[in-house]
Amino acid sequence: MSEPADTASPDNAAVSAPLAVTPLHDLHVRLGARMVPFAGYDMPVQYRDGILAEHNHTRTAAGLFDVSHMGQAFLTGPDHETTARALETLVPADIVNLGHGKQRYTQLLNAEGGILDDLMVTRSSDPDEDGVLMLIVNAACKHQDYAHIEAHLPANVKLMRADHRALIALQGPKAAEVLARHAPEAAAMAFMAARSMKIAGIDAHLSRSGYTGEDGYEISVKANKVASLAETLLREPEVKPIGLGARDSLRLEAGLCLYGHDIDTTTSPIEAGLTWSIQKRRRVEGGFPGDARIKDELANGPSRVRVGLVPEGRAPAREGTEIRATDGRVIGTITSGGFGPTVGGPIAMGYVSRGSADVGTPVALMVRGKELAAKVTAMPFAPHRYHKG
Amino acid sequence: MTTRYTTDHEWVSLDGDVATVGITDYAQQQLGDVVYVELPEVGRKVAKGGEAAVVESVKAASEVYAPLSGEVVEINPALEGAPATVNEDAQGKGWFMKLKLDNRADADELMDEAAYKEFLATLA
Repeated sequence: MSEPADTASPDNAAVSAPLAVTPLHDLHVRLGARMVPFAGYDMPVQYRDGILAEHNHTRTAAGLFDVSHMGQAFLTGPDHETTARALETLVPADIVNLGHGKQRYTQLLNAEGGILDDLMVTRSSDPDEDGVLMLIVNAACKHQDYAHIEAHLPANVKLMRADHRALIALQGPKAAEVLARHAPEAAAMAFMAARSMKIAGIDAHLSRSGYTGEDGYEISVKANKVASLAETLLREPEVKPIGLGARDSLRLEAGLCLYGHDIDTTTSPIEAGLTWSIQKRRRVEGGFPGDARIKDELANGPSRVRVGLVPEGRAPAREGTEIRATDGRVIGTITSGGFGPTVGGPIAMGYVSRGSADVGTPVALMVRGKELAAKVTAMPFAPHRYHKG
Repeated sequence: MTTRYTTDHEWVSLDGDVATVGITDYAQQQLGDVVYVELPEVGRKVAKGGEAAVVESVKAASEVYAPLSGEVVEINPALEGAPATVNEDAQGKGWFMKLKLDNRADADELMDEAAYKEFLATLA
């Protein structure tokens, strides 16, 4: 049997460098995690129950994820307008009109409108912190993101890395009930709201968001407090630790992009189906890198688009699989593919030429030299269950 | 019946010149949850070390190499509908295929159980 690549990913390119650890590393090991290199960190891919059980647990109860490898940083300026305008020169989302205590998803774009990274931007709920935005970026991109942002900031806006902070996510239909036992005010938050509060006596900043398609929270605390908070949450009967393996199958079923796979420097947000993340003012005004391409794609349609794919039968089609039209023409490539535990079968996403992107279009996936019949489908594969408040 | 093992973590159970082939318990643990097994067609000739099957976990696809040369005479029909059988009973009900061996004596070159256990100890 060949060695299965646990995380076949460009994130693992730097395997020769010593791996960094998160403040929860000891806890992962104690919980029996299988640790793998991911984005330069030694991270849990799964715990003892395995990926399928962890996936299903998150969909039915609550899963705790260590995402401390992700980059947290603050952008600070004299007032919200100044800080927001500075960030808007790099991303296509409307940050100026982001309300207090609200979070928004956006992308750092290059001059060609390609995606350098995707990130979450949060405006502080505290009026005394007007002019502060919190950024959460991908682990594998964080160093180049910070350099890129700093190189483009005006003198009165600063980027401050929050490397002293850890990040955990509590996700699943029981997440709100569980967290309310330790932070009663968390229950009232709506999807994409953010605020500071104490959780089990620990100062935390949390948002009602995540990467699983389920209701839940991402919780930022000081690194020296995260083990205590994680253990408190893990003592709740509904909560189990969840590794990167299930994180990947959960986000795939939710139709969410993984940077470096489904989006990269060659894909635009329009091609990636992220048009919803570019608010109307920005579409009209532009003023972000690659705005000419984005406006053109909005007006005339992109040449290729990200779609969902469901193979017939049981065989998964993995990243890199060629997609053909029924007449044999090559029309695209799968960017994420595998088995969807909640769907109960294989699922994938990838890019196809626009003419082949309609839901229901039959295609062929070239798996190990053979054609595997599949259909273009709508995403998400598993319905989102966010708390819209 | 004699059971032999390969360094690729396959097991071979010999009954005359017919070998039942599967992956070891160690292999299924390393793979995690098996969600799909692609088996060869009955009648196909496989060469030792060549690709004979593919086993897919949630995360990744792994090739299963033929431990010996021969002709596929039977495949395990249970794996199509219940691939998790490989996790539950890798060295029993989770067998992959039966090969009619080109040369029964080739099996003697494979590891016996004690040797495989020693081999596993070197991986820990």
